[in-house]
Amino acid sequence: MLLSSAPASARLFVSELSVLFRRWRTWTMLAALAAVPVLIGLAVRFSPKGPPSGRGPAFLDQITHNGLFAGVVGLVVCTPLFLPLTVGVVAGDTIAGEANLGTLRYLLAAPAGRVRLLVVKYLASAVFCVAAALAVVVGGTLTGAVLFPLGQATLLSGDTISPGEAFGRLLLMAGYVTVSLLGLSAIGLFASTMTNVPVGAMAATIVLAVVSQVLDALDQLDWLHPWLFSDHWLSVADLLREPIAWGSFGENTLLQLGYIALFGALAYGRFTTKDVLA
Amino acid sequence: MSPAAEGAGKPSLAASPETAVRTEGLTKRFGRHHAVDGLDLTVPRGAVFGFLGPNGSGKTTTIRMLLGLVSPTAGRVEVLGEEMPARLMGVLPRVGALVEGPAFYPFLSGEANLHRLDTADLRAPVRTRGERVKSALERVGLEHAAHKRVHAYSLGMKQRLGLAAALLAPRELLVLDEPTNGLDPQGTREVRSLIRSLAQDGTTVFVSSHLLAEVEQICTHAAMLRTGKLVAQGTLDELRGAALPRVEVRTPDESQAAEVLRGLGLSPERSAPGTVVASSAANDGAPAPEEVVAALVGAGVRVRGFAAAAASLEERFVELTGEGFDVAQ
Ligand SMILES: Nc1ncnc2c1ncn2[C@@H]1O[C@H](COP(=O)(O)OP(=O)(O)OP(=O)(O)O)[C@@H](O)[C@H]1O
Ligand SMILES: [Mg+2]
Repeated sequence: MLLSSAPASARLFVSELSVLFRRWRTWTMLAALAAVPVLIGLAVRFSPKGPPSGRGPAFLDQITHNGLFAGVVGLVVCTPLFLPLTVGVVAGDTIAGEANLGTLRYLLAAPAGRVRLLVVKYLASAVFCVAAALAVVVGGTLTGAVLFPLGQATLLSGDTISPGEAFGRLLLMAGYVTVSLLGLSAIGLFASTMTNVPVGAMAATIVLAVVSQVLDALDQLDWLHPWLFSDHWLSVADLLREPIAWGSFGENTLLQLGYIALFGALAYGRFTTKDVLA
Repeated sequence: MSPAAEGAGKPSLAASPETAVRTEGLTKRFGRHHAVDGLDLTVPRGAVFGFLGPNGSGKTTTIRMLLGLVSPTAGRVEVLGEEMPARLMGVLPRVGALVEGPAFYPFLSGEANLHRLDTADLRAPVRTRGERVKSALERVGLEHAAHKRVHAYSLGMKQRLGLAAALLAPRELLVLDEPTNGLDPQGTREVRSLIRSLAQDGTTVFVSSHLLAEVEQICTHAAMLRTGKLVAQGTLDELRGAALPRVEVRTPDESQAAEVLRGLGLSPERSAPGTVVASSAANDGAPAPEEVVAALVGAGVRVRGFAAAAASLEERFVELTGEGFDVAQ
């Protein structure tokens, strides 16, 4: 049954993506994300004084040597709020948005299957996480190429790498940021099964992202920190060492998988037993 | 309870190929409020089944339970001979549904919306998808608006698109919740003839409505719901009472006519000068219209006009509940 329906499930996934990416809202959010490194690049390029090193976002002073750092700074700047915001909108909308439109009852009567719909919805929001991180990379790379030289890049460890390798590192960072957002997506999916009001699920998800980071900043709660889904978000910079410090990548992936399992199970429990009254 | 409702009885939920929908003691509680209360429905295959009830009587809630959207508090549901919601994935591809009004993605075209819904149907063959979407749109007269975004559709157009979605695949059962909502008279007529032609092809149609007159025009069977409880179900004739319930005689010989009618077991009254109206006390044993005319003429009554009207469903409903067809709470 499950195997024979695999092509049909794949087509539903494609349909889900096309609905997601045919919305203005999705492209507006991606454009806004891409605009962040553009603004950063413009500010650095046209400010009368050079950026004071050691102040402002990390790596800001690197941009003038290697334009690719516009993307790096963009990812670091967007990670605490801007990226979680857009992911919260998409993940919070998954089920509640369909309920709000009334299309949920027709999808389920089609029948799409509740589990299949939930999985497809989660995978689509994961694709959005990739798209969101890539939007920052694309905006940063284009800005960097136009406004700055793409020379040797100096890493945190002091080593220098070629522009090609630097771009590879940037993509790796985008991958890290994507993984960082997967746990939040699962939280958003669960929130979305709890209500028929998409804005409520979106707000809850975004608030949780902020709360997690606030808790992460309180030293008194350091016992809690390893369990917070945002704990490794800013360790993305570990990818700029030579050799790459893979430890945080691994820990982050494990943590996010844990959140996916937990909130995926909660969403499953909720959605498969829920009365669809919208 | 009415004779018709008793006829529905309480057979066990054995797999029954002649029954399109069967419920047993179906109940849904919201908090302490019974939205649907102990419903025993039997919808024969091939029927056009009118599901009647005033606003808030539980029609939509029942339909949601038939489709597995809402789980019953108690009772059982069988659709097309299969237990719901256990066999939902096998049953629902054979069922087309319109539940509580149409709903679509406003930023997609009508056609793209139908493609999306058909993709959600696990069993719908992808090869014929484009064709089926097109013919469904034609069937409801929307082919010219197919590429328009749904947010630019009128209410009636959305309702038509909802019907098209229910007709995407060949269906054995159509569950239509107030399908003529928002349609103009022309659209209402079209929906009626659409339902008739679907029924002719052998599709069972379960159609809810709060418009009694509409149901009388298209249905072969009906059930009446009131505050979640079934008050009657059966064929339309059973519900109205098969025999002559009411005659109207226009004559100058009023008292003479009244005498004859009384002799036939009817209870006459003078409704207007020159008009005598009589209804039968019991449904069975009432004389046929032609017998009434023969008796009147035989007694020398000058009959200038005669009409035999079956009781309307509305009269029947009032009779069964002792109340009008209003929202009850
Ligand atoms: N989500 C809900 N929560 C609580 N009560 C509900 C809910 N949905 C419906 N009800 C109640 O259940 C009862 C039946 O509602 P339902 O929508 O089934 O009526 P209906 O017959 O379809 O009415 P209408 O003709 O207005 O469409 C109503 O009294 C309503 O208040
Ligand atoms: Mg209703």
